[in-house]
Amino acid sequence: MIHIENLKKSLGGKSVLHGLTLDIPVGQSLALLGISGSGKTTLLKCLCGILKPDSGMIQFNSTELKPENVKKIRQTLGYVIQDGGLFPHLTLLENVELIGREANLNDGTISSKTKELASLVKLPFEILHRYPRQVSGGQRQRVGLMRALFLDPSYLLLDEPLGALDPITRYELQNELKELFGRLNKTVILVTHDLTEARRLCQRIVLLNNGVIVQDATMQELIQNPSNDFVRRFLQAQDAI
Amino acid sequence: MRLLVALIISFSVHAQPLVVGSKKFTESVILGEIIRLSLIHEGIPTEHHQEIGGTAILWNALKSGDIDLYPEYTGTIEEELLKKKTKNFDELKMLLRQQGIGLSAPIGFNNTYALGIKAKLSKEKNIKKIYELQSWRDLKFGFSSEFLERKDGWHELKERYKLPHQNILGIDHDVAYRAMIQGDIDVVDLYSTDAEIAYYDLVALEDDLNYFPSYQAVILYRLPIEEKLKSLLSILTGKINNETMIELNKRAKTYKVPADLVAADFIKQNLGAHVKTSQRSLFDRLAKTTTEHLRLVLVSMFFAILTAIPLGVIVAKRRNLGRGILIVVSAIQTVPALALLVMLIKPLAYFGLSGIGDTPALIALFLYSLLPIVRNTLTGIQQIPENLRETAEVLNLSFITKLKKIELPMALPSILAGIKIALVLNVGFATLGALVGSGGYGQPILSGIRLDDYSLILEGALPATALALICQWGFDWLEKRLVSPGLKL
Repeated sequence: MIHIENLKKSLGGKSVLHGLTLDIPVGQSLALLGISGSGKTTLLKCLCGILKPDSGMIQFNSTELKPENVKKIRQTLGYVIQDGGLFPHLTLLENVELIGREANLNDGTISSKTKELASLVKLPFEILHRYPRQVSGGQRQRVGLMRALFLDPSYLLLDEPLGALDPITRYELQNELKELFGRLNKTVILVTHDLTEARRLCQRIVLLNNGVIVQDATMQELIQNPSNDFVRRFLQAQDAI
Repeated sequence: MRLLVALIISFSVHAQPLVVGSKKFTESVILGEIIRLSLIHEGIPTEHHQEIGGTAILWNALKSGDIDLYPEYTGTIEEELLKKKTKNFDELKMLLRQQGIGLSAPIGFNNTYALGIKAKLSKEKNIKKIYELQSWRDLKFGFSSEFLERKDGWHELKERYKLPHQNILGIDHDVAYRAMIQGDIDVVDLYSTDAEIAYYDLVALEDDLNYFPSYQAVILYRLPIEEKLKSLLSILTGKINNETMIELNKRAKTYKVPADLVAADFIKQNLGAHVKTSQRSLFDRLAKTTTEHLRLVLVSMFFAILTAIPLGVIVAKRRNLGRGILIVVSAIQTVPALALLVMLIKPLAYFGLSGIGDTPALIALFLYSLLPIVRNTLTGIQQIPENLRETAEVLNLSFITKLKKIELPMALPSILAGIKIALVLNVGFATLGALVGSGGYGQPILSGIRLDDYSLILEGALPATALALICQWGFDWLEKRLVSPGLKL
């Protein structure tokens, strides 16, 4: 489980997170929802140790995230960003295998794991010999997912993973991700500004605004009892109410 | 075993020929060739490092043992080297011996400085003596940089003759004649044995205050080789008078006869000895200069690449240290090549290395090649998108993997562009190697400027341009093969 306590972070002199507290139990899928600048990506970057919080604490399974153990904790994280975050000069296969090689896995293990993951994300294996720019945005995202899942992490951190996709591909991938999350039973944190996506993929919605949690609820509760005017306007803007 | 040692010793002795140096003007080169051919004729292996620079470079090279002997002038020795007036020749000789340098008896001619103007102008304005320049304030003066700086040069002369002229143009001695003919300048500094005085119909103005000291031609040599030079020095004493020297200069400059042929003919006519010269074909000459040039470029680039890429990485990773590195390599780029070459002489001597030849040229080229590569390595790494950097971090890639597998390959197009710029600049800069005697395409260019011979200048300039173009194409080809196809789509 992930425990976040009174987390504060300023960027460029501007306070982005104002003392955020949040608990995420094992196996839960949670959407960090909010408009641009709400602090959702900053929170995710603090979770994977790219940004160091000014104060407060993050714990993974009761172990506090610190500079000394950030590498160890990252081994339990799968991280996917918009457009997959693939390295353009490496083939898709090299992008995926990079992780196995860095973890000193042998060729046989790497090869069988890659095949297994390709079929999991429904990608034909041959396509992996192409470079990222030679495939579609949806295919890039699937490879990004393969890479994130390679070391079988306990937590999946996804930052607007479907943001750059056309509506149809997006819809298809949402369905596949939903099925995948159910099957893999991992703790998932999805950063998105898209209410529909959050509803499709996650059990729990945490709505952020200006660095504070304005509502932490299920989708149904959110729609039935918006906690304040901002939540109401956010829902209206996305035609949810 | 003893035989072997003896063999090795005799081989190494033979492998060390005497080295004659010459300054970068025709007379010095001809004298250098006369010395070289005479010594070879006597069975003493000798090399001639032609046109390796001005007085300071030659003197330092002689003192550090990079060369063994070179032709010099008594006035220059007093004014420039010892900076002391001597009462007579013996005192001069003694002062030099105290520094480990031997002085030959005068060769016979006095090549003093003079101020020269066109005969036509002299007639029109009735200027025959230096002081008569006083009343012609609008005349344009162009002097060699050496004459402008020397103690016995322009500044003292101006004081002595109370000349009002300002804004003197600093110009290469050989180029000055051409500028004079075209009417860009009116007054130049002359060497009194210059062949151009007759060729261009110039008048040497009378030095009626006896300002210029006597410039008796002599040979300076390192004392340890005195024994070997005995015969040569006695043969040359008083052998070349002013008329002979002007004639020799004329053959080389006006009739474009190669300096070694001029020297060989002189030896045949005056010393009665037949010496062999080896006239090389254009192809042989090109092969030689190309080999020398490529060696300078390739060796300096190899070490520059090896140094500059890691420096670029450090600059990208360590902000403060990086800023310092960038300032230093940028500053190096602003030092003029000639100044850098001269500045390298002393530190190199400290490490027991030669201040002329390949070493200073390679070091200078190496230093000049750093900035484009360091800069472009930095730019290439900085251009990697922030989100990919963060991804690499979260993927737990080690410093080495990140550098080897992600950062350098992604920065490669930029790094290669930097190397290409450095290489093309290096091919051009390497022509300056000829200034310190390391040959290359600069050698025919220097000689061409000295002899006013365009075909000789082109013999260096055209291959240098061609080489720069070939390097550029070669690199474009290499880029296609080295850069990941994923970056080019």
